[in-house]
Amino acid sequence: MSRISQTFSELKQNGRKALVAYIVNGDPTREATLPAMHKMVEQGVDIIELGVPFSDPMAEGPVIQKGHERALEHHVSLTDTMAVVAEFRKTNQSTPVLLMGYANPVERMGYSVFADKAEAAGVDGLLTVDLPLEELTDLKRELDSRDIDNIFLLAPTTRVERARDIAANASGFLYYVSLKGVTGAGHLDVDSVKQKLTEFGALTELPMCVGFGIKDATSAKSVAVLADGVVIGSVLVDAMGKAQGQTPDQIAEAVGAIISDIRQALDSL
Amino acid sequence: MNDSTKSAVDYSAFPDDRGHFGQFGGRFVSETLIYALDELQEIYSSLKDNDEFQAEFDKDLAHYVGRPSPLYHAERWSRELGGAQIYLKREDLNHTGAHKVNNTIGQALLAKMTGKSRVIAETGAGQHGVATATVAARLGLKCQVYMGAEDVRRQALNVYRMKLLGAEVIPVTSGSKTLKDAMNEALRDWSTNVDDTFYIIGTVAGPHPYPKLVRDFQAVIGREARAQCLDMTGKLPDALVACVGGGSNAIGLFHPFLNDDTVAMYGVEAGGDGVETGRHAAPLNDGVPGVLHGNRTYLMEDENGQIIETHSVSAGLDYPGVGPEHAWLKDLGRVKYVPINDQEALAAFRKTTRTEGIMPALESSHALAYVEKLAPTMSPEQIIIVNLSGRGDKDILTVADIDGITV
Repeated sequence: MSRISQTFSELKQNGRKALVAYIVNGDPTREATLPAMHKMVEQGVDIIELGVPFSDPMAEGPVIQKGHERALEHHVSLTDTMAVVAEFRKTNQSTPVLLMGYANPVERMGYSVFADKAEAAGVDGLLTVDLPLEELTDLKRELDSRDIDNIFLLAPTTRVERARDIAANASGFLYYVSLKGVTGAGHLDVDSVKQKLTEFGALTELPMCVGFGIKDATSAKSVAVLADGVVIGSVLVDAMGKAQGQTPDQIAEAVGAIISDIRQALDSL
Repeated sequence: MNDSTKSAVDYSAFPDDRGHFGQFGGRFVSETLIYALDELQEIYSSLKDNDEFQAEFDKDLAHYVGRPSPLYHAERWSRELGGAQIYLKREDLNHTGAHKVNNTIGQALLAKMTGKSRVIAETGAGQHGVATATVAARLGLKCQVYMGAEDVRRQALNVYRMKLLGAEVIPVTSGSKTLKDAMNEALRDWSTNVDDTFYIIGTVAGPHPYPKLVRDFQAVIGREARAQCLDMTGKLPDALVACVGGGSNAIGLFHPFLNDDTVAMYGVEAGGDGVETGRHAAPLNDGVPGVLHGNRTYLMEDENGQIIETHSVSAGLDYPGVGPEHAWLKDLGRVKYVPINDQEALAAFRKTTRTEGIMPALESSHALAYVEKLAPTMSPEQIIIVNLSGRGDKDILTVADIDGITV
């Protein structure tokens, strides 16, 4: 059983919701990421989603775009990102880490080389925003043979027959994009999320997490009742940007405080 | 049985139904946009061979754009170069002054058929933005154009033209603040407003079906040129030359000739300060295959797969990618892609202006500069058709600035 599946199975036994948290590697500095990851786990994050900086992050809103730009000022790469995961694994063997990013850095490295390095570093999953099911065949083969989960997005616009195909190819969990738009947008509609999760939930046994419009304890709670977990990102990246210039420990504290709030809200369900 | 004079590849059969030209093309977008692309593909498939749609498109091209555009024999210039006979396909004479409008007319008709009330576009130099604002004004559609903040500054005249036409120009301040970032922002807008918005992409790039449908709308250039050449000279041309940024004017000219083996083709990329300097916009000469803006193609990128900044005197060629069909035609060897640097393009701009009384766009000047090299290697019985894709009025201030003149 993959580390991601193991985590969901334990959460289910304990009646808890998954908290998945996203930060961009190297944002705002190279030194900030590792302490932030450990602090996130300490404050109740179940799965870390580590953003791979890219020059053209086309699905991101302004907040996360800025995070990518800050990281790229220090030329943080995909190779660097896997090195951070390897470092994290030295002291944490239980928290799943998935990489979230765009196709081109992986294309440049080569699928097979990437999959080897990811496995060696202790990466548990990959979410490539611009590799939909149809374009994923070759990379998926490499990931499958190394037990790295491929995390797929489902959108409000995804047709049911397509969602069924995606679910059949997915492992780990499914990530429902709660709104039409980019990360961090402000128009979360809980009723529509409920309707779609019911529709898509019937297609699969996989856990379903919701992300893209969740910014605080209240919105996290309102969505968590409908799903197996929530994904937060923009609110953390925003905090990391604002903490620019502070020490890695101070940055980690800023992120930890947000997470602690949301964790409490989820545990109160 | 294959006719031995015919190509081994039937170029007209591509892309496949998922938008692939060999390893290139495809649909590399986030899940939110898949539905919108499926919808666009369904509508386009149903209308492509629909007589009524085609008749309306042809009518607009004839009476609004002013097609067919002339094929002009540049006799003086041909004589001076002492080689092949040079014919200019005069896309500069179209309404709005470039080939871009062929495509925006077609896509605006699709927008109208889908009942969407708002169109968006990305633009670099502003030519596609102007062509989009123009058709939006005519159809009464709300129009917003994304333009890199850097380009807004450099292309003030076109920004004002768009505003006069009723469009809103949104400066993009992310990334390198140029065309590629404008395209990112347009894709973000589309994924947010997919219910009421039609995205009019300006070139043969982007996710499937855009490279195909933009090509189909621009192929009118090559169909006309083919018929005009046969009519005027009794034979097919020996060579075609066109500039390639995203590559829509080049594909438009090339596509109807691809299965004619005797016709050589040259796509001219922006060599900027020279390909050897790294400061250029020539991914087919000095790039690698990768994924950007919804398709796999040749890209300008660093060793980590980050897209890098491009350089060209011509804003319309200043793009780090290229249409996937060009990437495929390069690998097949059907089209030869060559670089022309800024200085060579500027020299051709002046030359054509003085020799033929035609002031070409700086983009088109790249193609003309290559003709200066190619024509003398050919015989006077041979024919070159070069796509004069746009007129140069928009570039006068750029050229004056290089000359140190304040207009």
